Amino acid sequence: MWRCNAIALIILTVSLPLAAQSPTFGVGRPPTPEEFRELATAIAPDGGGLPEGSGNVAAGREIFAAQCARCHGPKAEGDVGPVLVGGQGTLRTARPLKTVGSFWPYATTLWDYINRAMPFDKPGLLKPSEVYAVAAYILNLNGIIGEADVMDAKTLPKVRMPNRDGFVPDPRPDVGEKARKP
Amino acid sequence: MGGGLLAQQKALAIETPGKLGIPLGPYGDRSPYEKAVRWRRDTKTPETGSSFTPLQDSVGTLTPSSLHYERHHAGIPLIDPAQHRLIIHGMVDRPLSLSVAEIKRLPSVTRIMVLECGGNSGSEWAATTGTDVQRSFGLVSCSEWTGVPLSLLLKEVGVQPGASWVIAEGADACRMERSVPLAKAMDDALIAYGQNGEALRPAQGYPMRLLLPGWEGNTNVKWLHSLKLTDQAYMARDETAKYSDLMPDGKARIFTYRMEAKSVITFPSGGQKLPGAGLYELTGLAWSGSGRIERVEITTDGGKTWVDAKLHEPRLPIAFTRFRLPWRFDGREAVIASRATDETGYLQPSREALIAVRGTNSGYHFNGMKFWKVHADGTVTNVEV
Repeated sequence: MWRCNAIALIILTVSLPLAAQSPTFGVGRPPTPEEFRELATAIAPDGGGLPEGSGNVAAGREIFAAQCARCHGPKAEGDVGPVLVGGQGTLRTARPLKTVGSFWPYATTLWDYINRAMPFDKPGLLKPSEVYAVAAYILNLNGIIGEADVMDAKTLPKVRMPNRDGFVPDPRPDVGEKARKP
Repeated sequence: MGGGLLAQQKALAIETPGKLGIPLGPYGDRSPYEKAVRWRRDTKTPETGSSFTPLQDSVGTLTPSSLHYERHHAGIPLIDPAQHRLIIHGMVDRPLSLSVAEIKRLPSVTRIMVLECGGNSGSEWAATTGTDVQRSFGLVSCSEWTGVPLSLLLKEVGVQPGASWVIAEGADACRMERSVPLAKAMDDALIAYGQNGEALRPAQGYPMRLLLPGWEGNTNVKWLHSLKLTDQAYMARDETAKYSDLMPDGKARIFTYRMEAKSVITFPSGGQKLPGAGLYELTGLAWSGSGRIERVEITTDGGKTWVDAKLHEPRLPIAFTRFRLPWRFDGREAVIASRATDETGYLQPSREALIAVRGTNSGYHFNGMKFWKVHADGTVTNVEV
């Protein structure tokens, strides 16, 4: 208990200069629970923000057939919507195929994007467990998780995507001669 | 002198005797003789896609709001400003929900600023480049924007120690999401509600959008309704799967936010035709996400020699700068291009230099030179046909 209080005291002391910054204009009000629920849905790559619920590959296969296949094709091979499977090993070739399996670095992004933007004409239609299930199905189609794996707030962030280490920081300016002085 | 003017007026009156003009209207329209329009690439879904500003018809340095380029991912929402709110939350002392009216009450700033899609000139990576300036360079526009500095709002909420990113989200159907470094948010970011002297158009984010001066268009989240302070980037779909630049080694550059210096000749440009030999004025636009344009050079011999163009003032940072150069077309084939240098000393590279470093699969952030071929008969085409 004392230990907790000591830490609290340190935090209080350290944050004093910031606490001294009082709001200048006093506009706005605290967000309502409804506003948090509707607007604060973004998911962090460490899984922060993932809701309760779970879904497996078999359930995802059914939902995908009903809600996703008409745009992405029955096996996620792409149609009106983009291809979601395959392409692993193509990123260094003349015709790279960027898919969830070959390119996306985090499985949390898949959950977040299905939840916020899909189905294209009815975003927000799927409940959290259905989103977990569809994500599980797409990951399974890409050979990333097994048929029996269940996706939830604990397991999804632990999925290791094949291209997890495929991204590098912006090194620009990377091209061009030095400007000549007039 | 007075007699001369009178004679002119008489001549006009004789041309249109007794013809009344049209009545006054509440909201203006351009002359029916003006035909410049955006060009839209066909997509499988009409709610997604891009429309390109007709740079070849532009004059001066501002883009009319009605011709501003567009890039939408799930259609244009029509938002009632009385219902819209912006919440600022996450690692803050005082989470806030703000109405549009409350944001408009705060001290505002106005600046003229260019906005360019990260995918502008994507056509130029291909062996066959864009045939005209609208389709190859038209995902860029310049407006006067009015809004509240985001730093002011962040002081209102009190950013907590350890916060380093702001996750911005829009109210369109796909709730466009991007991660923005806190340093940029505190530096010069705006929450904009005004464009060219009136409210933002719905297609530009009405009632409010994020503006990140000099950064790729997609990060300037439209219909902004949420800003979350965090200690990590969220690796959103549109900053990992999209808007990242795939290099020849198979690695992709992420968070390539700033749009580098760029310029293009808009007259004469692909699809136009010079009526014959004679004196013309070459003109075009230059801009840089890093600041002011310091210099634009023009070649009319395919890049062998370069001449300084005249730059129109004022040269504002991160805004269109128009350049001009008198040129005598002698009826012989000429290959023309421009290249810009910005205030950091960065010189716009050639297309070949870009490809030598980045390959042809990066897709985004092309800022190479654009060469046009003026043929002997006056027609103008792209060079890589």
